[in-house]
Amino acid sequence: MRMKSILIGAAAALALAPAANAGRGDAGHVNIIYWQAASILNPFLSGGTKDVESSSMVIEPLARYDENGNMVPWLVTEIPTVANGGVSEDLTSITWKISPGILWSDGSPFTSADVVFTADYCMDETGGCQQLAKFSDVTNVEALDDLTVKVTFGKPKPFPYGPFVGGESPIIQKAQFADCMGAKAPECTEQNFGPHGTGPFRVTEFRANDVISMEANPHYRDPNKPAFATLTFKGGGDAAAAARSVLETAEFDYAWNLQIDPAILTQMAGAGKGTVVSAFGTGVERMMVNLTNPDAALGDKRSTVEGGPHPFLTDAAVRRALSIAIDRNTLAEVGYGAAGKATCNVLPAPAIYASTANDECLVQDIAKANAILDEAGWAVGSDGVRAKDGVRLSILYQTSTNAVRQDTQALVKQWWSEIGVETELKNISASVFFGGDQSSPDTFQKHFSDIEMYTNLFNGTDPEAYMNSWTCAEIPNPGNNWLGSNMPRYCNPAYDALSAELSGTADIDERARIAKAMNDMLMQEGAMIPLVHRGRVSAHSNTLGGVVLNTWDSELWNVADWTRN
Amino acid sequence: MTDVTSDIRPARSQWADVWDQFKTHRGAVMGMGFFVFVCLLVAIGPYLWTLDPNFIDIRAKNQSPSMLHPLGTDQLGRDTFSQVLAGGRVSLLVGVVAMALSLLLGTFIGVLAGYFKRLDGALMRLTDLFLALPLLPLLLVMIMLFRDTLRAAFGPETGIFLLIVFAIGITSWMNTARIVRGDVLALKEQEFVLAAQSIGTPPYRMIMRHIIPNVMSPIMVSATLGIANAIITESALSFLGLGFPSDFPTWGRLLFDSTNFMTLNPERVIWPGLAISLTVLSVNYMGDGLRDALDPRIRGR
Repeated sequence: MRMKSILIGAAAALALAPAANAGRGDAGHVNIIYWQAASILNPFLSGGTKDVESSSMVIEPLARYDENGNMVPWLVTEIPTVANGGVSEDLTSITWKISPGILWSDGSPFTSADVVFTADYCMDETGGCQQLAKFSDVTNVEALDDLTVKVTFGKPKPFPYGPFVGGESPIIQKAQFADCMGAKAPECTEQNFGPHGTGPFRVTEFRANDVISMEANPHYRDPNKPAFATLTFKGGGDAAAAARSVLETAEFDYAWNLQIDPAILTQMAGAGKGTVVSAFGTGVERMMVNLTNPDAALGDKRSTVEGGPHPFLTDAAVRRALSIAIDRNTLAEVGYGAAGKATCNVLPAPAIYASTANDECLVQDIAKANAILDEAGWAVGSDGVRAKDGVRLSILYQTSTNAVRQDTQALVKQWWSEIGVETELKNISASVFFGGDQSSPDTFQKHFSDIEMYTNLFNGTDPEAYMNSWTCAEIPNPGNNWLGSNMPRYCNPAYDALSAELSGTADIDERARIAKAMNDMLMQEGAMIPLVHRGRVSAHSNTLGGVVLNTWDSELWNVADWTRN
Repeated sequence: MTDVTSDIRPARSQWADVWDQFKTHRGAVMGMGFFVFVCLLVAIGPYLWTLDPNFIDIRAKNQSPSMLHPLGTDQLGRDTFSQVLAGGRVSLLVGVVAMALSLLLGTFIGVLAGYFKRLDGALMRLTDLFLALPLLPLLLVMIMLFRDTLRAAFGPETGIFLLIVFAIGITSWMNTARIVRGDVLALKEQEFVLAAQSIGTPPYRMIMRHIIPNVMSPIMVSATLGIANAIITESALSFLGLGFPSDFPTWGRLLFDSTNFMTLNPERVIWPGLAISLTVLSVNYMGDGLRDALDPRIRGR
């Protein structure tokens, strides 16, 4: 009898264990795998998603987007709006009220001075801040008191939630980064690799392009979170290996961005150790057309505006033909399955911004593509490749190393060969391609190719900062250390004017009209060739609880709430 | 008198003896048979099996072996058999050319180091230096540094081919050089060399006439092993996703592309894997047989 009661007691204790998992660090260790390794923990110096997301566990913005795209206060008491007086009537300023009692991971208080410093840090002209678009039109950021920050814009800002909102615009600690302003920013290795933060975890060891070890932040604002005492963020490998490590072998608890053949993913999920989760956000797999000349003979002027226009991609007929020769539905089906749909827009979501003006390209039409090229004077030569005035339509098409992307390349190459375009394929390891290393010729910013392909997206629901990516000022060049996100080197004063108009318009329908017009301008002028609207696909182990896939912000936005089932 | 003449065997060349001895090594004969078979297959095969290895037929993806596609198709509906044939051409060509390059370098350095005492120290330290270099990282750096220049000069495929062949060649000559140097050192002390020296044979003729023919046997053996080594290195590079462009099949590339589908279509990894293993094994057996056949002390036993 006594034995039995002990056993029952033990069983009850076991059954209660998950519920007892309520305190900080009780759930032990969690393993996260990102097959692109983090190279830095400072999103102001790297636009790479892996860097933004890994750092989002450490440093946090004032407000975030939740899984439905709504803004939630994170380090502040409420979202400022015109209604609650946080945004001025004339839309030129926004006042954030920081929640009292928030501490940095070193124990010092989080104050408005840190927020002001973050703005100064990013807006320093010599710093090459990657998230500068978030701070567009900001004229002044001031601390009204220790817990109040006022951001003033140079003109009415209908969407004043650019600075300090979302994973790409977190707050860094003034005390730690004070000596890292401007040109010295990239040299502050210790700070960039181990920022102090307000997030649920703090860095214990950072090995660039490999592993980050973290532990629960002892000063985190919720005394019962995070549930995990330690965390390993492993980078590297490939998408298939990452998926396998979660779905089949259960070595890892969470794997991000599983861009692998849908047939394989389905089979892996059948092993029953993990769950595949997906949701559509704003991500579009697209080709960036290089409008400048990438000829190696140009030396330092290669792929810059100074180097001159591209020999044939500046011809609108060529870009249009390239676009309609592609069967996007097949690409979506082969590479993405249920997590992809064909698109002709670089801005496919939210629905209010989605244009229908470019849907010509949804249906593949090789005959028409041929006709367009014939009409434009590109005649098929004896080698089967079209040429005009001695310029052959021969394209170097690069992307990152990933089986799905190589399949896409192979398919596109075949279709393009049917319209007399010769294609050379090149693939570069993702950690180099997205690594942003200025000494490497193979980064996506340098774009030493004719066409490059990758996915880009924006966090949140407002496309203003994203659409600003293709203004003239955003062109990467040696002068700005190859930072900037205008990979096509597209520069059109009319587009810049629309961009300015968008930032000065308050009415949501009017904003949608302008954003659509910008999207249409980019599409019709062929700066980009969008292919597939991609859902985010991630996988988590069945023993990991609390995962909420968020397509509008960092996927690790609620890592503090993760638990062990 | 007639008795005596009947005792004299018909004149035979050295190579006939070698061949006789080689024939007694069953593994070597089978290896050579297979190697010749593979060479003929990849050389003539694409003319008989005319499906384009890069032709995509998306409706026929992930098929199992059938009459239409004897080895099945890949995830884009490309015919695996024609890919293996096309891949074999590249892999074998890389193997043979890289081997030739490393042999030339190795023999040259080995003979110089062995024959000229003044050069010995410097050349052998150079050999040690190359032996100490980690091969794969070095190849990765070389490919990153020179890919663009070579691509511009020779086009993507020839450029990468030259780069890979060169990279493998200059990183695998060291063993040949050491073996050759050792043999040359031993040969130099032999009477026929001293005799040739005493009649005033100049070094150049000495090396070409007396030294090289006598170190042929280790050179040939390391040649066969070199082919195997080069095929494997090229496969490793392609397997790492480097080397040739992704639509240019080589055995290593096919293996790399297939690993993801291993659980769906296991045969896709088996074919290129088998091709690499059997070719390397057959070449190794050939080398083994050649070594025995070229050693006069074993011959005839």
